Order: sequence, then C-alpha cells, then structure tokens
Amino acid sequence: MGLFDKIKQGLSKTRQLLNTDIRDLFRSEGRLVDQAFLDELFELLIKTDMGVKSAEETVEAVQSAFRGRVVQMAEVLEEVKKKLKALMAQPAEPIRHAASGPTVIVVCGVNGCGKTTSIAKLARLFTDQGKRVVLGAADTFRAAAVDQLTVWSQRLGVEIVTGQAGSDPASVAHRAVAHSQEIGADVCIIDTAGRLQTQYNLMQELSKIHRVIGKLIPQAPHEVVLVLDATTGQNGISQAQHFTEAVQCTGILLAKLDGTAKGGVVVAIRQSVGLPVKYVGVGEQADDLALFEPDPFVDALFDGAPPPR
Amino acid sequence: MFESLQEGLGSALRALRGRGKLTESNMREGLRAVQTALLEADVSFPAAREFMARVSEQAVGERVLKALNPTQQLVGIVHQELINLMGPVDHSLRLKPPLSILMLCGLQGSGKTTTCGKLGRMLVQRGKKPMLVAADLQRPAAITQLEVLGERLGIPVYAEHGASDPVAVCRKAVDEARRSGAEVVILDTAGRLHVDEQLMQQLSTIERRVQPDQVYFVVDSMTGQDAVNSAKAFNEALELDGVILTKLDGDARGGAALSVKAVTGVPIKFIGTGEHLDSLEEFHPDRMAGRILGMGDILSLVEQAHEKFDQEEAKLAEERLRKGEFTLDDFRKQLSQVKKLGPLNKVLGMLPGMGQMTEMMGNADAEGDFRRLGGIIDSMTPQERGNPKLIDQSRRRRIAAGAGVEPHEVNELVKQYDGMADLMKRMSKLGIRERMKAVQEFSRSAAANPGGRLVKQKQGTGKRLTPKEKAKLRRLREKEERRRRRQERNK
Ligand SMILES: Nc1nc2c(ncn2[C@@H]2O[C@H](COP(=O)(O)OP(=O)(O)OP(=O)(O)O)[C@@H](O)[C@H]2O)c(=O)[nH]1
Ligand SMILES: Nc1nc2c(ncn2[C@@H]2O[C@H](COP(=O)(O)OP(=O)(O)OP(=O)(O)O)[C@@H](O)[C@H]2O)c(=O)[nH]1
Ligand SMILES: [Mg+2]
Ligand SMILES: [Mg+2]
Repeated sequence: MGLFDKIKQGLSKTRQLLNTDIRDLFRSEGRLVDQAFLDELFELLIKTDMGVKSAEETVEAVQSAFRGRVVQMAEVLEEVKKKLKALMAQPAEPIRHAASGPTVIVVCGVNGCGKTTSIAKLARLFTDQGKRVVLGAADTFRAAAVDQLTVWSQRLGVEIVTGQAGSDPASVAHRAVAHSQEIGADVCIIDTAGRLQTQYNLMQELSKIHRVIGKLIPQAPHEVVLVLDATTGQNGISQAQHFTEAVQCTGILLAKLDGTAKGGVVVAIRQSVGLPVKYVGVGEQADDLALFEPDPFVDALFDGAPPPR
Repeated sequence: MFESLQEGLGSALRALRGRGKLTESNMREGLRAVQTALLEADVSFPAAREFMARVSEQAVGERVLKALNPTQQLVGIVHQELINLMGPVDHSLRLKPPLSILMLCGLQGSGKTTTCGKLGRMLVQRGKKPMLVAADLQRPAAITQLEVLGERLGIPVYAEHGASDPVAVCRKAVDEARRSGAEVVILDTAGRLHVDEQLMQQLSTIERRVQPDQVYFVVDSMTGQDAVNSAKAFNEALELDGVILTKLDGDARGGAALSVKAVTGVPIKFIGTGEHLDSLEEFHPDRMAGRILGMGDILSLVEQAHEKFDQEEAKLAEERLRKGEFTLDDFRKQLSQVKKLGPLNKVLGMLPGMGQMTEMMGNADAEGDFRRLGGIIDSMTPQERGNPKLIDQSRRRRIAAGAGVEPHEVNELVKQYDGMADLMKRMSKLGIRERMKAVQEFSRSAAANPGGRLVKQKQGTGKRLTPKEKAKLRRLREKEERRRRRQERNK
C-alpha cells in the first residue's frame, strides 16, 4: 500500500468517526454500516426476487440514511419493511362485484402457474359467501384441461360450461357468460389456457375473449386476475407487463406461496406496472386461499420460514 | 431463449469494448455490469457470486490487461466460465436392455407430464418402445392428461383410475412393462414442494422400491432465486441424474440453468421449447454460452435445419440457384421449408445478434406474413411463377384478389423475390462463414428498411399498428442499426 493510500484510509476512518451518530455511542453491540454491511443487505434483498433495481434503490436509501453509523441489521430491515409495506398497501375490497348481473372474472397467466386450481379456490370463496358460481372452461387447448376444471366443479358443486377440445376459447367464454346471465348467477369465472406472454397470437386470442365477453356485458370482465407463480423470478415483470397490455389485468393472485419462494417479484411489479396483489395461494386444495396482506407478506420476505397462512 | 441475459451481458461487454484500452477500474465496472446481468437473469446470488469470483480473478490479471485485445480476452473468459458452469454435457438417457426406468420429478406445474410425452415421442423416434406411467394420483385429471398424450402419440399408458398409492402403481406398471415387452418406462410423478416432508418421503420410497435408472428434475426456466432451494432438496432426497429445463420458448432469461447446475452438479440434459410434443431439444452449454454472449445459436439451427429441411429439395434449389433458375416456385418451397423450422421468431432468435430483432418483430406477426406470401404465390399461374416479369397491372389485380391482399403487396413480393434471388445467387458461391455474414447483412438492411422487409403490415385478424406503435418500432430499429454500426466500428 502506497503512502497516499494510507493517508486516504486514515482520513476515511476519521470521516466515519465524524459520521457516528450520538445514539451509537451508547450502543453495546451492532455493526458499522460499511460496504460489507451493504453487500449483505443487497444479498438479502436479491434473494427475495425483488430484482436488482429495487434492491439497489433500497441499498442506496439505507446507505444515505445510515452510512457510518453502528446499527443492527434487524433494525435496518425494519426500516426497509416499513417502506415496502407502504408500497404494497392496497384497497381492502379485493374483488369489485358488478352492481347487477353476474360479476365476470377472467383468469390468465403463463403455463402451469396455477390458474385452474386458483379458480377452484375463488369458486369456493364465493360459494361460501352464498353466491352462485358458474365456471367457463375456456382452456380448450391443453390435454385434459377441461376434465381438470370439471373435477373441481363437481367437488365444489358449481356449474360448468365447456366446449369441444380445440374449439374457439372465446365461444366457450361467451356461452359461459350468457349462461350465467340466464340463470342469474352471481359470479362467472373463466379459465384460460396457459400462454407465454411473448406469444403474440395467443395474447390476441386472450384479447378476443375479453372483447367477446364485453359484447354481452359492457363492463365485463369486471376483474382480470393474473395468476403468478411465487417461484417466478424477474420474468414476472414481463408477464405483468404483457398480460396487462393485452387484457388490462386488475390484480394478481400469487400462487404457490406455501413453498420457500418469497414471491418478491411482486414488489418490482408493483413499482413498474402498478398491479396490486389480491390473493395468495397457499396449497393445492380449494380452501388454500388467503387475502393478500402486505404486512405478513413483507415480513416473510426476510425470514427463512414460509409465510404464515 | 436466454435473450435477455444475452442482451444484458451484451451491453455490459459493449460498454467495455467501446473504451478500447482496459484499466483495472473500468474492468471492475464492466464486471459489475456482468454481475447485474446475471442477477437480472435470475442466476441465484451464490452462483452469481461464485461465477464473478472466478471471472474477476482471471480478468484483473496481468495477462488480460496487457493483452493486445483485452476486451476480447474478457469476453473469452466470461464465455468459457459460462460453459464451465453449465457443462459438461451428457444427453444420454443411459438406456440398458431389456428395460430402463426413467422417473420425472419436480415442483407443481413445472412441466413433468408434458415432458413425459415429449420424451416418449423422442424414444419412439429412436425406435424404442416406451410406456408412460400415471403416478400422479393427486392432481385432478392428471391421469387423463397423460392418457390423452399417450393416445396422441400412440404410446401405451399404464394407469389405475381410483388408485391411491403411487408406489404400488409404479411397481405394477413395471411388471406390466416387462410382460408387454416395453423397453423404457417413464414415471410421471405428482408435483410437490421440496418442503413437504411426507411427499418427499413418498418419492424416496418410489425410488427405493422401483429403482429407476435415471431420475430427472424438471424445472421451469422462469424460476427465480428459489431454484437453488428446490433443486438442492430434490437432489438430496433422490440423487438426481439430470435436469430438464422447460418453457424456454418465452423471454425467460433462464438463469435458473446456472443455479440448478451449480447446486446439483448433474448435467442439464434437455430443454423444453414449447407446449407441443416435439418441442424438446438437447441442451448445449457451449451454444447456450455463445447465445448468451450474442454469438448466436447457429449450431442448433443447422442441426434443426438438417432434421427438418428436405435435403433433396434443398439440393435441387441450390442447383437451380447456381444456374440462375431460381423461380417463385422455388421461393414458395423455401418459405414452407423455413416454416418447418418453427415459429419465425424462434428461428431468428438463434441467429447471432438477432435477439433484439425478434423483440422488434414481436408485433409484426411474421407468421401471418409468411402465410400471406404463400397465398400470393399460390394465386399465380405457373407461367407467372416461372417469370414474374409477366406480372402487369391487370394480372397483379387478379392475383391480389385471389390471395385477398392489396395489389401493391403483390408488387412488394416480387421485389422481395428479386432481392432474395440475388442473395441466393451470391450465397451459392460462398462458403458457410461468408454465408452467415451475407444473411446478417441482408437482415441488417432489412431492419433498416422495414417497408422492404416483409409484405406490409396488413392483417386479417390481428390489430393494425397505431402510428405511435409504428414510430416506436421504427425508433427501435434505428437504434439497433446504430448499435450495429458502432459495433462494426469497434471491431
Ligand atoms: N403448493 C401449491 N401448489 C399449487 C398452488 N396452486 C396450484 N398448485 C399446483 O400447481 C400445479 C399447476 O396448477 P394448475 O391450476 O393446473 O395450473 P394452470 O395455470 O391452470 O396450468 P395450465 O392450465 O397448464 O397452464 C397443480 O399441481 C396444482 O395443484 C398453490 O397455491 N400451492
Ligand atoms: N410454453 C411452454 N409450455 C410448456 C412447456 N412444457 C410444459 N408446458 C406447459 O406447462 C403447463 C404445465 O405442464 P404440465 O406438464 O402439466 O406440468 P406438471 O409438472 O406435470 O404439473 P403438475 O403435475 O401439476 O405438477 C402446461 O400448460 C404445459 O402445456 C414448454 O417447454 N414450453
Ligand atoms: Mg389450467
Ligand atoms: Mg403433471
């Protein structure tokens, strides 16, 4: 190390000393907020899947607020959590029901994210509220997708409208909504085939479903729920962007949150696309659904344990 | 596939390249950008850190700084380390007569059942007799799903509707396979969380009782940081023999490939590139690394072209080219040949530096363009196809009406054919390396001149682009063109 470097190092120590907060002098333990501390924080943030940009912004904020101070990591995390909770806060009413006539909900998302199972959960939620539910099996593409939703409809005792394998999904959706109107159902939930957001033609197909439903009920679909697999990493942002572009999603159902994945990408999605999370899926059964609550969700981002049910 | 990682790394390395001489400090800056690209691509934090450590160690060394072309050196190092991390390859299913048992496992919805079908199809193509086993007794209609796939492929499926013990089902299936002379049994197990002790226990029991020859972990390429946790747990419970990475047909950055390889150490055998049962490809770390660095996946493309192109037809076309007899008929045949390779954007994505190009084409509905071009040629008489110069105004109108397009689109097609025929003529005289360059040049001029690219945006079904969208696409193309020129200069 050259002489100059030594002097520089000495100076920076002094600077740190000067920066020391008066409160820190009375602390018996804690750590200096230095580069190592910030790196560690960065790692914790990255591991939630919130993404590099959000993580860097958070680290910068912490750096300017705490640099050179002696603190506990837990204390800093509390500050971070407070910010994230405010960001993720949202209106209490998760689903906007139609003033009259059936409330139509279209459920979409990439392949295998949990759409069909989540529909079963939503149906259970509504029937528990005494509502009459109709399911529309508009995934006419995947092998046995209709059979899968049919099994759920039988288990839950709700009606289902289906079409031939390979038939036009929009026509099935149309019939499901028309049937809901006829029998005076309260809620009509449309299942759609999984599709990757980059598949232009399939996204067009989704907008068509949207349009066709709107012809029957101008305000419909009242809700477009994007199902997001909690294990998803940064691709979730692209999913939220593209699906929202194609069908104006109204909110996210974060499925599979019962594993060890934190689902932190919804933080980045909230920042960039603005979509709120409405529900979380926490298992494979019909009652494994919970309202999204920002506080426990954010707390769980930073502990090793799976989020509380 | 891996496009975004490719873009991210590409821009990081371009930033380095632009500066000419490297210093230790701007090298660090570039390395930092590489790390950001990796994390944005969902490479797990520990795997990214390990990767960066290995790369930095070599990158800041004397050898690189003093090298004649330090940036090339660094690119080389990053490239090689990516290969090292994702390799070595082993695509073998390690089949052994008379009967081999493959078992697929993984988290819910990762693509196991579909992959069973894909593997089954691949085995049939290799002349083997597979049998699929419906060992998922949990998910509603899981058995039916596998049965539908089996029926589509003409492959027997062992299933017991109403059974409740997957271990028993698997054992009986193996007995049945022996009796019926099947050569490969593929077990489709239920999706499960790696933290579900009971279900993980059940998997180990199946493994113990049935003794599969190969156990594959099926993982979604969109998986984020959690990939390391699940892969580790499955590997501990089962001793995996391979990994299959699914859903790489989207824009997932696919960093999970690096993470899973890093924690399990087992080879990535195959990748899933679509919902259809023929969308299973061998995994190649060198090609993948090349792709990541913007060097394209030419080898994959060549391999696919070899499998799907009609070799006879191709030879014939080349012959005619050399003689300058390439007609619209040949053009038509070429179009359908290219179509066999798969969705156009997928094909383009495999060409070097074309990642951004496919992004730009996102809205352009290339498939529709292809169909329309084919339609126009089909509406011509054989004479017209042989000699497009015959096409005057009235013929043009007739052809347009027949194909359901505007007359000027017929014109554009003829123009494009001229350009293509010219390109082909030049190409037939070149070696493979020069050919690639010629194609790149062609696509570059196409990118700069969208009107002359494919027939104009006019879509029967899709929506038309708004002026704003068009402007955005144009800006993108211009930006891309500038980038290419810059890159060219810096070479
Ligand atoms: N652990 C857990 N598993 C879930 C959850 N939601 C869905 N799953 C499982 O995930 C798998 C896929 O779920 P589906 O509902 O079929 O997903 P999908 O999005 O409809 O799939 P496609 O229609 O094929 O695109 C199934 O095995 C479900 O049981 C959840 O909240 N937790
Ligand atoms: N785009 C795309 N979709 C895929 C690919 N592989 C599978 N899928 C789709 O992903 C969804 C889930 O696939 P499955 O095969 O049912 O997944 P699984 O792992 O068997 O699901 P569980 O049995 O519920 O755990 C389906 O919609 C498949 O069509 C792929 O490579 N690309
Ligand atoms: Mg489904
Ligand atoms: Mg399955």
